[in-house]
Amino acid sequence: MSEDLSNVPKPDELMRIDHKPPRKGWMDVPVDFKPGTYSYTAKAKNLKILGMPNPREWSPTDEDWKLPENWEEIVREGFKDRLDKYRSFQLFMDICVRCGACADKCHFFIGSGDPKNMPVLRAELMRSVYRKEFTTSGKIFGKLAGARELTVDVIKEWFYYFYQCTECRRCSVFCPYGIDTAEITMMGRELLHLLGCGINWAMEPVANCFRTGNHLGIQPHGFKDTLEFFADDIEDLTGIKINVPLNKKGAEILFVVPSGDYFGDPGTYTCMGYMMLFHELGLNYTWSTYASEGGNFGLFTSHEMIKRLNAKIYAEAKRLGVKWILGGECGHMWRVMHQYMDTMNGPADFLEVPTSPITGTRFENAKSTKMVHITEFTSDLMKHNKLRLDPGRNDNLIVTYHDSCNPARAMGLIEEPRYVIRNVCNHFHEMPENTIKEQTFCCGGGAGLGNDENMEMRLRGGFPRGNAVRYVQEKYGVNRLACVCAIDRATLVPVCDYWAPGVAVTGVHEMVANALLMKGEKERTTNLRGEPLPGKEEVEDE
Amino acid sequence: MPQIEIGGKTYEVDEDGFLQELDKWSKEFAQGYAAVEGIEGELTEDHWKLINYIRDYYTQYGIAPMIRKLCKDCDFKLKYIYEMFPSGPAKGACKLAGLSKPTGCV
Repeated sequence: MSEDLSNVPKPDELMRIDHKPPRKGWMDVPVDFKPGTYSYTAKAKNLKILGMPNPREWSPTDEDWKLPENWEEIVREGFKDRLDKYRSFQLFMDICVRCGACADKCHFFIGSGDPKNMPVLRAELMRSVYRKEFTTSGKIFGKLAGARELTVDVIKEWFYYFYQCTECRRCSVFCPYGIDTAEITMMGRELLHLLGCGINWAMEPVANCFRTGNHLGIQPHGFKDTLEFFADDIEDLTGIKINVPLNKKGAEILFVVPSGDYFGDPGTYTCMGYMMLFHELGLNYTWSTYASEGGNFGLFTSHEMIKRLNAKIYAEAKRLGVKWILGGECGHMWRVMHQYMDTMNGPADFLEVPTSPITGTRFENAKSTKMVHITEFTSDLMKHNKLRLDPGRNDNLIVTYHDSCNPARAMGLIEEPRYVIRNVCNHFHEMPENTIKEQTFCCGGGAGLGNDENMEMRLRGGFPRGNAVRYVQEKYGVNRLACVCAIDRATLVPVCDYWAPGVAVTGVHEMVANALLMKGEKERTTNLRGEPLPGKEEVEDE
Repeated sequence: MPQIEIGGKTYEVDEDGFLQELDKWSKEFAQGYAAVEGIEGELTEDHWKLINYIRDYYTQYGIAPMIRKLCKDCDFKLKYIYEMFPSGPAKGACKLAGLSKPTGCV
């Protein structure tokens, strides 16, 4: 979807960053809610749907945030509960030596120069309160020991900076202690939620997911209508009529994708890609209108919410009686699957270890969660020569690959997407090494921050990624940025329009479907987007 | 909650000006709001075709239509929709049609 970027300063202006620190110490610099750099607050109706505390109308720029009367007690108790419950949180509060290795690794610090966007200092916003409330040295020596009082201003600062972190975990790659700063942000957000301080771009999707099964609030008949619309478009393109199996009991595989894939462009083309591939394979699979969301904005809310949303997928797998689950090109879903699902809702003993019905490959890596990533599945098909492909049909594309943060860093999915891409296109170039794979730079709009009101901050945070795209654009003529995440497919569009104009964004399975030679297909003249295929330009002009 | 006044009536809207009380929508609302969205003069037949399509879809499915579906069903090119509604189908046309904006990975 193209965005209106006219309200954002021009790139050269945005990049004039003053790194001179403020004259006062960081504890004495109050937060400034500058338009374009924060998200709107969670609407009361959404908090009510979820049974969350303190639903009300308010804005970050209000003097009075209408916090509960005993808010200090709530935060203190909530803090203590979490220190007791999560050993990692206690550890991350204690062990940082402030070496600064993380400082310049954050895309928001690189793009804004705001010292409180250095991961170390962002975490310090919480640690300072931790010291005051929970450590002897902090209680006695106060500021000298890096401790500070819990005040309303601290809460405001938490809200601003914990919603200026996309939980991408790039900083953690460089931390010699392995501190996971995203988990600190998650704890900060949990405490804020106890006071009713959340953002709407996260809480409306969560509430929608509860009501209708997906973040966008698409109802079952709308989901069906959309998939049938894609099937019609596929028939126009290939002459092949494909089935749309929906809520099919006894199917072998339950397929789950992020809802962005069946609503927003360019994700919709990737969705068509999945459908074409499965048809060609004759796969016995089903979509579900109940588990119609792979994403889990609970991850950006609280542990309780992750669990509540994730449980739906497994409940549906059980109800339908499938053997295993296949997941689409979603980003943060895979962090939930690999790092939380098993202890929250697992083990999924009622399912079988995923085995490809086409190649016989047993996905041992998924033997606990029973859920396989689509690029694992497709790369395995390619490895066994099960697909007929004409990569020449993507010859108009000069492709680079953006490692979506969570698949790369949270599940180690590095080679599979590349293997798939190399099999379906002839022109592929990597971005610089320190911007890809486990060091990949965030799109700047994950973790609920991908909203319009936060656009300046998104583009600042998107700068390192955009800059690397521009590098390969200038060096190799790259015109397509591939990724495996629906948030990416939405947020990298304005990042590219702004930092590397001329580069469009695509999912991997859109390119797979373009290259896929299907049995009985008519001669294709365009790709999925309706653009003429290489060598077919004249046919289209007629 | 912010409010706007159109033709002597007040409407509750969200931070970006999307109507919050969907049942209060009227043709006068759409026409009155057009100027704010950078559309000069009276709304044309094609404007109404799109607005009515979006509203019908919403009534049936409870959400705004996919942009690709909207283009195909109305037989409009996306470029033409941007000419009609300078802020685009999601932010311009849906706003005039009185819908709230979709959230999530979009």
